[in-house]
Amino acid sequence: MSRNGLTFWIGATFFLVAALAMTQIVGNEYPFFACYVILQFIVLAVAWSILGGYAGYVNFGTSAFFGVGVYTAVFLFKAFGAPLAVQIAAAAAIGAFLGFALGLLTLRMQGIFFSIATIALTIIIETSVTNWRYVGGAAGIQLQRPLVTWPFDSYVQMLFFVQALLVVLAVAIARYIQGSWIGRGLQALKDDELAAECTGVPTLRLKVTACVICGALMCATGAPAAMYVQYADPSSAFNLNYSVSALAMSLIGGTAHWAGPIVGAILLGVTQQMLTVTISSEVNVLVLGVMLVLFVVVAPEGIIGLIRKAGRKRAGGDA
Amino acid sequence: MMPPGGPEPPPLLRISALTKRFGGFIALDNVSVDVRPGERFGLIGPNGSGKTTLINCISGAFRTEAGTVVFGGEDITPLPPHIRTRRGIARSFQIPRPFKSMTVAENLMVALDFASVAGDFIPAAQRRDTVMSILAQTGLASKADLSTLGLSQVELRKMELARAMATHPKLLISDEAMAGLSSSEVDEVLDLLIKLAGQGITIIMIEHIMQAVMRFSERLMCLDAGRIIAIGTPAEVMANQRVQEAYLGT
Repeated sequence: MSRNGLTFWIGATFFLVAALAMTQIVGNEYPFFACYVILQFIVLAVAWSILGGYAGYVNFGTSAFFGVGVYTAVFLFKAFGAPLAVQIAAAAAIGAFLGFALGLLTLRMQGIFFSIATIALTIIIETSVTNWRYVGGAAGIQLQRPLVTWPFDSYVQMLFFVQALLVVLAVAIARYIQGSWIGRGLQALKDDELAAECTGVPTLRLKVTACVICGALMCATGAPAAMYVQYADPSSAFNLNYSVSALAMSLIGGTAHWAGPIVGAILLGVTQQMLTVTISSEVNVLVLGVMLVLFVVVAPEGIIGLIRKAGRKRAGGDA
Repeated sequence: MMPPGGPEPPPLLRISALTKRFGGFIALDNVSVDVRPGERFGLIGPNGSGKTTLINCISGAFRTEAGTVVFGGEDITPLPPHIRTRRGIARSFQIPRPFKSMTVAENLMVALDFASVAGDFIPAAQRRDTVMSILAQTGLASKADLSTLGLSQVELRKMELARAMATHPKLLISDEAMAGLSSSEVDEVLDLLIKLAGQGITIIMIEHIMQAVMRFSERLMCLDAGRIIAIGTPAEVMANQRVQEAYLGT
C-alpha cells in the first residue's frame, strides 16, 4: 500500500515537472491550448466518477458545476480583480456548498430521479446567470487577462500548469477515496443501499460527502476557464457537452478504478481535439456518442474492465 | 437463561403500541412485545401477516406511524438503520442482499469498517483475522476470497448471517434464513443460529419451517393480519386455537 503510494506520488511529481518543463521549452501556445482542454476533462471525469462511479449516482449536472466555477471567477475578477488562486479557491468552496445543497435535496431520490434533478439544476442556474446583468447576461462578458508572473511566459502556459495541479489534486483525492473506508462504503451502497444501511453504512452522509467533493472539484476546474478564453457566456459555460463528456469519459475509461476516468479523458479528449482541428467541432460530438454506445454494449466495465479481464493488472503510470 | 425466582432483567427490546400503515392497509396494528436479553425468540405467522414489516420497523428500514421501539433502554424510534446497527441490531434479509461487487471477506469488512464502535480503529491484519474467525464459525472460511456471485443459496444465507455477526450485534434478526433450503441445510443454519445464541446474542428468528422454529425458540409469537394472536412457549402457541386456524389453516 505504502509502496503503491510512493509510486503514485513519484508519478505525480514527474507529471508536474514535465508540465512545468513543457512551459519553459515549448514556445508555441497551441499545445497548451489543446492540452489544457484535455487536463480540464481529466478533472471533470475523475470528479464525476467519485459520485457517478463509486456511488453509482449518475450526475448530469457537470455543466452546472463547471459553469458556476466559470462565473464565480468572472464575478470575483470583475468585482475585486481577484487573483487566479482566489478565484479557484472560492469556486471550490461554492462548488462544495452547491454539492452539499444538491446532495441533501436530491440524494434521497434514487436512480433516474436523481439524474433528472441534476439536469434541472443545470437549467435553473444557467437561466439565473443569463439574467444576471453584472456578469454580462446572455451576451457574455469579455475579460482582460492580467500580466503573467514568473516563471511563465504567457497566461495560457500558467493556466495549463494550474490545471495540471488540479489534475493531481483530483486524482489524489479519488485515489484516496477508493482505498479508504469512504470508498468501501460507497461501493457497498452502490451494490445495495438497504443492506449497506443495515450493515452500519451512513448512506446519506456518504453520498452527500461524495457530492460535495465532486462539486468542489468541478467548480474549481471551471474557474480558470474564463481566463482561458478571455470570455464567458452562459450557453458555453453551462454547455451540456461538459456533462455528456465527463460521463462518457468516466464510463469509457471504467469507474471501478481511479485510473479509469483518466484513461477515458485522455482517449476521448485527444480524439476530440484531433477531430476538431482536422474535420470539425461538430464531428467530435458524434464520435463521442458512437464511442459511448460501443462501450456500453461491448465493454460495460470500460477500458479498465477490459484490462482487468485480460488479466493484466495496471495501476498508476497513466497520470 | 434467567435465574429462577430472581427479578426479571429489563428487556433488551421493548416494542410498544407499534402501528405501521401502507396507505389504507394496516400492516401492523398496535403491536407490543418485549424480548429479553439472551432470548431465542421465534416469530411465525401466515404470509402477509406483518412479520417482515415488524423486522423492518425494528431495524429502521421503515418509519412507523405510532408507537415506540426501545432498545437497551434507549428509544431508537427516530434513529436511521445504520445508527441502530451500531447500537447492536443486526439482520439478515429474506432474499439475500450481498454486496455483489465484493468478495465474501470484503462484505464482512464493510461491517467492520462502519458498524464497530465509533473511532475504534482496527489494524488491517487484525481485521482480516476477525473476518476469518467469523467466516470459520459460519463454515465459509474457504470462500473468503470468492465473489458473492459464486455462492450457493445456503452459502449466501450464511454469508448474510456472518456479515450481521461482523457488526457485533446484541440482537440478531434472522428473516427466513432457511427458506428454500434442503433439510440438511436447514439443520446447518439452525445449528449456526443456536451456536450464536449460545454466545449470548439475542436472536429473533422468523421462519416457516415448523420443526426448526419449535427446536429453536424459547418463546414464540404468532402474528396474523398485523396483530399478535398468541405468545408463549412454543407448545402453548401451537396448541392455541386461533394459531391453528390462522396459521395452519385447519
